[in-house]
Amino acid sequence: MKSTLLWSGIASLAQLIWLVLAGPLALGLMRKVRSVIEGRDGARVTQPLRDLRKLAARQRTRPTDATWIFSAAPLVLVASALVLGALSPLASLHVLMSSRVDVVAVLFVLLLGSVALLLSALDTGTAFAGMGSSRAAMVGAMTEPALLVAILAMSLGAGTSNLARLVDAGVATSTLAGPARILALVSFFIAVLAETGRLPVDNPATHLELTMIHEAMILEYAGPDLALITWGESMRLVLLVGLFSNLALPWGIATSVGALSLGVGLLALTLKVAVVAIGVSLFEVTTAKLRLFRVPELLAGAFLLGVLSVISAVALR
Amino acid sequence: MTRLLALTVVAGLAAIAWGALSSRARVPLSALALVVSSAGAATLAVRVLATGTNFAWSQTNVLPLGGLDVRLTPLGALFVLVSAVVAIASSVYWTGYARHAMAGRSASASFALFTLSLLVVPMAGNVTTFLFAWELMALSSLILVAHDHARRPESISAARWYAVMTQGGAGAITLALVGLAAHAHSTRFSAIATASTHLSGAVASTFFLFALAGFASKAGVVPLHVWLPKAHAEAPGPVSALMSGAMVNLGVYGIILVGRTLLPQGPQWWWLVVSLLGGTTAAVGALYAATSRDLKRLLAYSTSDNMGLVLLALGASGLSLSTQHPRVASLALATAMVLLVNHSLFKSTLFLGAGAVHAATGSRNMDELGGLSRLMPLTSVTFLVGALAVSAIPPLNGFTGEWLLFQSLLHSLASHDVASVVAGTLAVAAMALTGGLTIIAFVKAFGITFLGRGRTERALGAHEATFSMRVAQGALALACVATGVVPYLLVGVVARGLAGVASPSISGWATLRLSSLSGALTPLFLSGALLGALALVAGWRTLVQRRHGFANVATLEAWGSGRHHQSPQMQYTATSYGEPILRVFDDVLRPDRDLDVSHVVESRYYLERIRYRASNEDVIERFLYRPALALLRAWARRVRVLANGSVHRYLAYGLAALVVILVILK
Repeated sequence: MKSTLLWSGIASLAQLIWLVLAGPLALGLMRKVRSVIEGRDGARVTQPLRDLRKLAARQRTRPTDATWIFSAAPLVLVASALVLGALSPLASLHVLMSSRVDVVAVLFVLLLGSVALLLSALDTGTAFAGMGSSRAAMVGAMTEPALLVAILAMSLGAGTSNLARLVDAGVATSTLAGPARILALVSFFIAVLAETGRLPVDNPATHLELTMIHEAMILEYAGPDLALITWGESMRLVLLVGLFSNLALPWGIATSVGALSLGVGLLALTLKVAVVAIGVSLFEVTTAKLRLFRVPELLAGAFLLGVLSVISAVALR
Repeated sequence: MTRLLALTVVAGLAAIAWGALSSRARVPLSALALVVSSAGAATLAVRVLATGTNFAWSQTNVLPLGGLDVRLTPLGALFVLVSAVVAIASSVYWTGYARHAMAGRSASASFALFTLSLLVVPMAGNVTTFLFAWELMALSSLILVAHDHARRPESISAARWYAVMTQGGAGAITLALVGLAAHAHSTRFSAIATASTHLSGAVASTFFLFALAGFASKAGVVPLHVWLPKAHAEAPGPVSALMSGAMVNLGVYGIILVGRTLLPQGPQWWWLVVSLLGGTTAAVGALYAATSRDLKRLLAYSTSDNMGLVLLALGASGLSLSTQHPRVASLALATAMVLLVNHSLFKSTLFLGAGAVHAATGSRNMDELGGLSRLMPLTSVTFLVGALAVSAIPPLNGFTGEWLLFQSLLHSLASHDVASVVAGTLAVAAMALTGGLTIIAFVKAFGITFLGRGRTERALGAHEATFSMRVAQGALALACVATGVVPYLLVGVVARGLAGVASPSISGWATLRLSSLSGALTPLFLSGALLGALALVAGWRTLVQRRHGFANVATLEAWGSGRHHQSPQMQYTATSYGEPILRVFDDVLRPDRDLDVSHVVESRYYLERIRYRASNEDVIERFLYRPALALLRAWARRVRVLANGSVHRYLAYGLAALVVILVILK
C-alpha cells in the first residue's frame, strides 16, 4: 500500500517534469514541421525553451491601470496546468489521486486558467485586450458544450467519468472503433484545437489586429510573465493532446506500478503526443483560418457529433 | 423548540413594529431584531436537521380552515436554514445600505415582514398557513420592489409585472392546494399525502400542473420568468439578495412539496415536463445573462439559469424514480439541493456586491462603470469570489454542484428508458451550453465593472461600501469558499435535509463519493495542490527577477496601436463584450437594431448624423406577452360598454351572478 503511494508520487513527479519540458518542445516540433513543409529550415526544436530563458531574464512590466489580477493570471494559468499534469493519467494510470480525478474536474481546472487570462485582459483596460477577451470567451463558451458532450459519450461506455478508469476501459476493450467512440473522439479533437487556439480557430502566429484572439489578450505581457503564459499554454496543449491520445489509443500507458512500466509509459506518451502534434501541424499548413463568426458553426458541428455519439452509445449498448 | 419558534416570530414581529413605528434608530434596531429572529429560525432548523425528527406546533384559533399549523420537516428545515443565512447577511448589510436607500418606514416594515415570511413558508404544515405566509411574502416584496417609485418610473412598471405574475402564480397554487385539501377533507399536508393515493390520475395531474405553473413562476422558470429580471433589478440591494437567495428557492420547495410529498405517485411525464422547463430556462437565462449590460439584470437572468439547472436535476430525479433507479433518483435530488444552496450563497454575495456598486456609483449600467476594484477593494474581491463560484470554477462551491449535476445526468443516462435518455442528453446539452455562457456573463460582470479604467465620472467617484456591508459580503463570500473546499459542509447538511425523502447518496468528508455509483472528487486536495503549484510558480518568478537584479515591476503605458493618449471610452464595454454571443444566437435572441443615417443636403458624401440604437429585450416578453397583452387590451376595450359607471347596473350584475351561482350549486 505504502509503496503504491510512493510509486504514484514518483509517477506524478515524472509526468510533471515531462510536461514542463514537453510543452515548449512540442511547440518547437510543430513549428519545425511547418517550416520544413514550407521549404524553410526553421528554428531548432529547442528554440521555444531558449525563448523562455531569454524572456525570463527581463524585467516584469505592467500597464498603468492593471491590478493584482494582471500579475496573478500567469501564475494561475501555469499552476492549473501543473496540477493537471501531476494528477491526470498521462504516462501512468497510477498517479496521485487517480481514483478521485475525473474528466469534469480536469475540464474545470483548465477553465480556471482560461478565466484568469480572460480577466487579465480586461484588467489592462485597452481595446485590443478587451476584444481578444471577448472573442476568446465566445470561442470558449462554444467549445465547452462540445467538450462536455464528448466526455459524456465516452463516460457512458465505461459507466464512469473517472479518467484513469476511462483510459483503462480503453486498454481492456477490443472494439476501439465503435461509432460512439469515433464520433466522440472527433468532437473532442475539434474542441481541443479550439481550446488551445490552433488553426482553423485561431492562428497562434498572427499579430494582425483584426484576426488575433489569444495573442490580443496577452498583448501587454512581457518578460517572465509572457514566458509563463507561453509556457502554460504549451503545457495545456500537450496536456489535452496527451489526454486525447490516451483516450483514442490507450496502449503503452503504465497500468502497473514500477520503474519499467513508467518508463515505457513516458516513452509511449512522448511518441503519441509527437505523432498528434505533427498531425496537427500538417493539418494547420493546409488549412486557412476560419472567419471569426464561422467558428461557432464548426464548434456547433463538433457539439452535434458529440450528441450523436451519446445517442449511438445509448442505442448500441 | 417551541421557544425557538416563539423567538423567531416575536423578534420578527418586533422588527416589523419597530420599522413601522419608530423614527429613532429605526434601521439598526429592526435589523438587530431580524438577525435574532433569523438566528432563532436557523437554530430551530439545525435542531430538526440534527435530530431528524419533525417539529410540530399548532394553534387553531388564529386562522380559519385548520388554523396555524407549523410542521418543520428536515426538508423544510434545509430551506429555513438557507433563508436564515441569507436573511442574517442581508439584515446586517441593510444597516449600512440604509444610508443610501431603504430607510423609510414602509420599506423597513416590509423588509422585516418579507424576511419573516420567508422563514415561515417552509415551516407550514397545512395549506392555510402555507398560503397565508406565501401571500405575505408576495405582498411585502411587492412593496419593496416599488419602494423607489417616486424617482424611478421603471420600478412602477417592474412592480406591476411582478404583481400580476406573483398573484397569478399564487392563484394557481391556491387552486391546486385547495383542491387537494378539499379532496382530502383536511388542510394538513400529511392528510393530503395519505389521501392522494385515492386521487384519479387526471385530477392529480391537473392539480400538479397548476401547482407547477404557480411555483415555477416564483422560481423564474421560462416562460413565466419575465417579472424576475425587472423585479430583481429594481429591488434595493438587500431585497434582491433575499429574493434571489431565498424567495426563488421556495418555488423549488413548492415543486418538491407537491410533486414528491403530496402527490408521490406521479406519472413519468410530470418530470419530463420539469426537465424540459429546466433545460429551456437554463439556456434562455444564460443567454440573456451573457448579453445583458445592466449588472443586476444580468444577475437576475443568471438566477433563472441556475433555477433551470435545479429543475434539470429535479426532473432527472423524478424520471429515475419512475424507471426504478432509486439510487440515481436520490443522487439527483441531492444534487438539486446542493445546486440550490450553492446558488443562494453565491448569488446573495453577488447581489449584495451589485447593491454596493449601485450605492457607490448610482448606476447599474456596466457601460458606465469600470475600474472599481481600486476604489472598492473588498467588494471587488467578494464579487470575484461569487463570479467564479457561479461559473463553477474550482475550488469554489459552484464547481461541486456542476460536478454532481454531471454525475447525476451521466448515471440517469445509464437507464434503458427512452424518455430518460432523451431528457438526459438534452439536459447535458443545456448544462454544457449554459456553463460556457455563464463564464462569459460573469467575466463580463466582474471584468467590465471592476477592472480597467472608470468610464464615467460616476465610476471614478465611487467609494468602498460601509463596514456592515463589507462584513455581510465577506461572510457570504467566505461561505462560498468554505463550502467549495470542504463540500461536506454542504453535502452533509443536504443529506440530513433529505433524510425522509431520499436515501443517502453522497458521502465523505474530504472526498465526495457517490454511494453505490461510480464517482469521486476531492476538492480539498485539489485546492491544496493548486495553492502549492501557485506558490511554486510565484516563487520561481520572484527568484528569477531577483537573480537578474530587478527589484520592482516596471509600470508602462498600455500599447494603443501607436496612439499616445487612450481614453477610457476606448475600452471594451459590456455591450461589446457580449456582442459576439448576440450575433451567434441572432436567430434566438432577435436583437432589435436600428441604424439611422442622415446626409447633408448639399452632398450625399457627407454625413450629418448617424444614430444607432440597439436593444435586446427579452424575446419571450416581445413575442409571447406583448401580443397577449395587446389582445387583452383590445378585448377589454370592447367590454367597456358593460361598465358604464352606473351603480344600479353593477348591483344588477351582482344579483345575476349570485343567481347563477345558486343555480349551479342548487
